[in-house]
Amino acid sequence: MNMLESSVGRKLVMSVTGLSMIAFVLVHLLGNTTLFYGPDGINAYAEALHRFGALVWAFRLLLLTVLLLHVFYGIQLTLENRAAKPRAYAIKSSRATTLAGRSMVWSGLLIGGFIFFHLLHFTLQLINPELAAGRHFDSLGRPDVFMMVVLSFRKMPVSLLYLGALAALGLHLMHSLQGAVQTLGLNNERTLPKVMKAGVLAAILIFLGYAAFPITVFTGLLR
Amino acid sequence: MILDGKCPSGPLAEKWSKHCQEMKLVNPANKRKYRVIVVGTGLAGASAAATLGELGYNVEAFCYQDSARRAHSIAAQGGINAAKNYPNDGDSIFRLFHDTIKGGDFRSREANVYRLAMVSNHIIDQCAAQGVPFARDYAGYLDNRSFGGAQVSRTFYARGQTGQQLLLGAYSALSRQVAAGSVRLHPRTEMLDLVVVNNEAKGITVRDMVTGKISCYAADAVCLCTGGYTNVFYLSTNAMGSNVTATYRAYKKGAYFANPCYTQIHPTCIPVTGDHQSKLTLMSESLRNDGRVWVPKIRGDRRPSHDIPEEERDYYLERKYPSFGNLAPRDISSRAAKEVCDEGHGVGTGGRGVYLDFGDAIRRLGEDKIRERYGNLFDMYEKITDENAYQQPMRIYPAPHYSMGGLWVDYNLQSSIPGLFVLGEANFSDHGANRLGASALMQGLADGYFIIPYTIGSYLAQTKPGAVSTGNPEFIASVEGCEASIRRLLSINGRKTVNEFHRELGHIMWEHVGMARSSDSLAEALRRIPELRTEFWENVKIPGGEADLNQELEKAGRVADFLEFGELLAKDALLRNESCGGHFRVEHQMPDGEARRDDEKFCHVGAWEFKGSGREPELHKEQLVFENVHLAVRSYK
Amino acid sequence: MDLTLYVWRQKGPDDQGRLEEYQVKAITPDMSFLEMLDVVNEGLIRAGKEPIAFDHDCREGICGTCSQVINGMPHGPREKTAVCQLHMRSFRDGDTIYIEPWRARAFPVIKDLIVDRSALDRIMQSGGYVSVHTGGVPDANAVLISKADADTAMDAAECIGCGACVAACPNGSAMLFTAAKVAHLAALPQGRTEAARRVCLMTEAMLKQGFGSCSNHYECQAVCPKGISATFIAKLNREFIKAQMPGQ
Repeated sequence: MNMLESSVGRKLVMSVTGLSMIAFVLVHLLGNTTLFYGPDGINAYAEALHRFGALVWAFRLLLLTVLLLHVFYGIQLTLENRAAKPRAYAIKSSRATTLAGRSMVWSGLLIGGFIFFHLLHFTLQLINPELAAGRHFDSLGRPDVFMMVVLSFRKMPVSLLYLGALAALGLHLMHSLQGAVQTLGLNNERTLPKVMKAGVLAAILIFLGYAAFPITVFTGLLR
Repeated sequence: MILDGKCPSGPLAEKWSKHCQEMKLVNPANKRKYRVIVVGTGLAGASAAATLGELGYNVEAFCYQDSARRAHSIAAQGGINAAKNYPNDGDSIFRLFHDTIKGGDFRSREANVYRLAMVSNHIIDQCAAQGVPFARDYAGYLDNRSFGGAQVSRTFYARGQTGQQLLLGAYSALSRQVAAGSVRLHPRTEMLDLVVVNNEAKGITVRDMVTGKISCYAADAVCLCTGGYTNVFYLSTNAMGSNVTATYRAYKKGAYFANPCYTQIHPTCIPVTGDHQSKLTLMSESLRNDGRVWVPKIRGDRRPSHDIPEEERDYYLERKYPSFGNLAPRDISSRAAKEVCDEGHGVGTGGRGVYLDFGDAIRRLGEDKIRERYGNLFDMYEKITDENAYQQPMRIYPAPHYSMGGLWVDYNLQSSIPGLFVLGEANFSDHGANRLGASALMQGLADGYFIIPYTIGSYLAQTKPGAVSTGNPEFIASVEGCEASIRRLLSINGRKTVNEFHRELGHIMWEHVGMARSSDSLAEALRRIPELRTEFWENVKIPGGEADLNQELEKAGRVADFLEFGELLAKDALLRNESCGGHFRVEHQMPDGEARRDDEKFCHVGAWEFKGSGREPELHKEQLVFENVHLAVRSYK
Repeated sequence: MDLTLYVWRQKGPDDQGRLEEYQVKAITPDMSFLEMLDVVNEGLIRAGKEPIAFDHDCREGICGTCSQVINGMPHGPREKTAVCQLHMRSFRDGDTIYIEPWRARAFPVIKDLIVDRSALDRIMQSGGYVSVHTGGVPDANAVLISKADADTAMDAAECIGCGACVAACPNGSAMLFTAAKVAHLAALPQGRTEAARRVCLMTEAMLKQGFGSCSNHYECQAVCPKGISATFIAKLNREFIKAQMPGQ
C-alpha cells in the first residue's frame, strides 16, 4: 500500500505539515514582536521581508501547499474516523480525551477561516482599505504596518475576533503538539506524559504571545 | 478386552526415533489432497492445526470461542517444563520423565512420558523462535524457576501469563496458515457429533452458534483438542464454556474414555461467596511457600481472624504433616481443607474456606519482601474479595482444576476409532493419575507441534484421500440426529433453568465424587445423577429458538452431556478400588492419610466403551508395564 | 442492592436495537458484574423471556471475551479490570447502570451485547507473526535477548485482544491492538527480520477492516484492562517510518 493510502502515512503528513506550520507560527510571532519597538521596528521588518521579492511568493506558495495538505488530510481522516464510529453510546464517559482533542476539526476549521480573514486584513489589506499600509507610508517612506496594526486593534470587534481565533489556535495546539511528537514515533514511556504537559504549556505560551498584540494595543499599553 | 497402547519396542530412549523411522510418509504433492479436521484451538489444537497446515494438509479448525486466541489454555499461569538443564542443576530428560511418571502415581505409560520429556526441549526452542517473550536474565539467557516442589529449576515462564504467551504464539502460527490458505477457521462453531464411516472417523457435525445452522464437514482424519471436563463439577477453574461434549459424543460413537475418575483439585483457589458463584479463580500455589494454613479451633467461630488468639488456631497441615507442613502436596492439602470445613471449622461466607496467613512471613521478612514475591497475587485477591491480604489472612479453598482422564489413545495419539486423534488435556495419556505443575502446557504443545504431524501422516499415508463426502448416509443421519436432539431440548419447556441443573449436578459431584470418595458416596452419586438427568429431560426450560444465537441452548447441550458423563466418572471411581493421585478412596489410605495404591490389581488404564443408551458401558484394560522405573510409594512425612 | 439496568437489546444484525429497562433486586456486593447478569438472566428465563446475550468465558480477566460498555466506559468503572473481574461493590444501592455493546463499524452487533470482533483476527492474519516453521529452529539460548527488550516485548504481548481500545476510541481505531503486536515482535530479534513488512501489512489490514486512525487521545490505554501503553503506538509509527526508508 502506498504510504499516502495508509492511515498511518497520512497521519505522518498531518504531523509534518502541522509542525512546519507551527515553525512558521513561531517565526511569525518572533517577527511580530518588532511591533513593540514601534514603527521603526515592524515597518523595517516588513520592508526587509519584502526585499526577498519572488522568494516571498515562493515561500507563500509553499506554505499554502502545506496548509492545504494539512486541511485536506485532516478533513479526510476526520470523515473516515467518523464513519468508523457510526453509532454513539447512550452515555459516554471518558478518562483521557480532552476538549482540545475532541474539537480538533472545529478548531482547525476556525483557524482556516481566520487565516483567510487575516490574509485579507493584513496581507491583501482589503478589509480596512483606509488603514492599508500599502497606501500609507511612514516618515522614511516605508509602508506603515505599525499604524495599520495599531489602528485595527483599537477596534474592539477586530481585537475580539483575533483573540477568539487565537483561542482556537491555542486549543488546536494544546492537542496537536503532543500528537505530532507521538505520530512521528518519538515517544517512549518516560517522554509521553512530559510531552503531553509540554504541548499544553507551549500552546498556552503561543496563545499568550500572540494575544499580547491586540491586548496591549487595545488597552493602550502600546501606542 | 486388553487394549494395546502400540508402544514401540526397544530401549526407552530410542523408542520414538525408531518409531519415526518406521512410520509411513505422505508424498508432499499429495498432502493437499488430504483434509484434516481439528476441533479446539487451545495449545494442542492451534499448534496441531498450524503445523499440519504448514506441512501442506487442508485443515479445518473449529472453536466455540469467537476467536481461536481465547481457548482456556490462555489462563495457565505458572510455566512450562522442559529438560533443558540450562541452570546446570542436574536435570535431564530421564529426570523429567521420572518426575512426571512418579507425580502421576505410576498410572501412565513409560513410552509416552519419555517422549514428552524428549520433545519438551524442542518446544522451548520453537516458542522462542515464534517470539514468545519468556523471562530472561540480565545476560539475555532464558530464566528458569523451580515449580510445584520440583527439585530442579526446569520451568520456563513469561511473568504469570505463560499459558497466554504460549497460546498467542501458537495462534500466531495458526494465523499465518490462515493467511496462507491452508487452514480455514470456524469460530463460534461447536462440534456436536463425530461421524464414523466404516469404523473410521471421517468427519464431524457442528452447530454454527450464530445462525444455529447444523452442518457437517467431511475429512480424512479428525483431531479432538477440546480440553478437559472439570466443569462437570459446575464450579471449577475452567472457563465457563469448557465442556465434555466433543469427547463425550466421540465416546458415544465408539471412542473409549479412559480413567475419567482422575481429576485434579487445586488447593489454593478463592472460596465461593454464595449461590450466585459462577466460577472459581486459582491463586498460584507458590503462596504456600510463605503462608501458614489454619482454621479456628472452635467450631463456627465467627470472630474476625485477628481476634482469634494463637492458642485457639489450628495449623492443621503443620499438625498432621510435621515435615512438609504447609507445602504438603496438592491432593493432601485439598482433602485436609475439606475435612476441617466439614467438621465446621471453615471460615468466611458459607464456612467453606481456610485461612492462608502471611502474618508471620510479613513479620519475619517485611511487607515489601512479600509484595515483591506475590504482589500481583495479592492484587488479584483484593480485586475479587475486596480484602487486603497484607492486613488479614487470605481465605482459600480447593477447586477442580484439571482432568487427567480423557479419551483413550495409543502411542500415536489415535483413539480406538481409526482416524480419530486426541491431543492435549482431551486425551488421557501422559499425566497418569495426577499432573505436575507446568506439565499441561508442555503436553499440549508436544502433541500438537511434534507428535501429531508424524503420527497422523502415517495414518493418512494408508488411506485414500477424500474417500467420503458429506453426502454419505452417516453424515445425513448425524445431522438429523443433532437436529432432533436440539428440537427435543427446546420442546421440554419445563420450569428449571439449565444453570440450576448444572449447579445440582456440580453439588452431587463435588460432595460425592470430589476429593474424598467412598463406595457409599459413589453409590449415592450413581443413584442421584440418573434421577437428575431424568428430571432434566422433563423439566428444563430453554428459551429462544434453534435458528438463532441461543446461549441457553448451547449450555443445555453441554449440561446434558455432563449429566451422562458424571455417571461414567462416578462409575470409574467406584470400580477403581484404590487411591492414586487425584483419585482418593477413603477406604484406601495409609494411617497418615496418604493414598494407598494397589499396584497388583489396578496398575492399568481403565477405558470405557459405550454400549448404547441405558446400557452398561464396558470396561477395557490396558496393562501398564514399568521397565525403567521402580514403583515407589509417595511419602510426604 | 437494588439496581436499575438499561441494557442494549438487539435481536440480530438487522434489528434496530433499543435500551430496555430492568429492575434488579437483592444483588450482593461480592457478586461479579457478570454474575449479576446471570441472576438477571435466570429471572428472565423463568419469566419466559429471552435472556440477555453477552460474551464471556474464562471469567478471570485473561481470555478477552467479555465486552461490555458500562455507563459509557468499556469494561466499566474500575481501571485495569475486565468486566468479568468487576464486582458489584464498585456500585451503590439504587444505581442506574447502562450496559451497551462495543461500538465500532468494524465490530457489528451480532445479538444484544455480543459483537463480531473477527476483524481483529484478520489484522493478526495479515502479519502478526514470525514466519517460522515448526521444527528446525536454533536452541532457545542461541539468540540472546536483553532483559529490557524481553520485558518490553512482554509488556506489549500482554494484550488480551478484547477490543476495549476500539470501543473506547472516538475513531473506532485498532491502533493500540495493532501496535501492541507490532511492538512486541519488533522488540525481539526473531521478529525484526519481518518488522518493516509486518507494520505495513498490519496497518493496511486495519484500514481495510474499517477501523479509524489514531488521533492521539489515549482513551485506549486508559480503558485497557491490561494497561497496554499508548507509547507502543509511537513505536508502531516509528516502525512505519523506518519501513518507508529507501532499502526497506
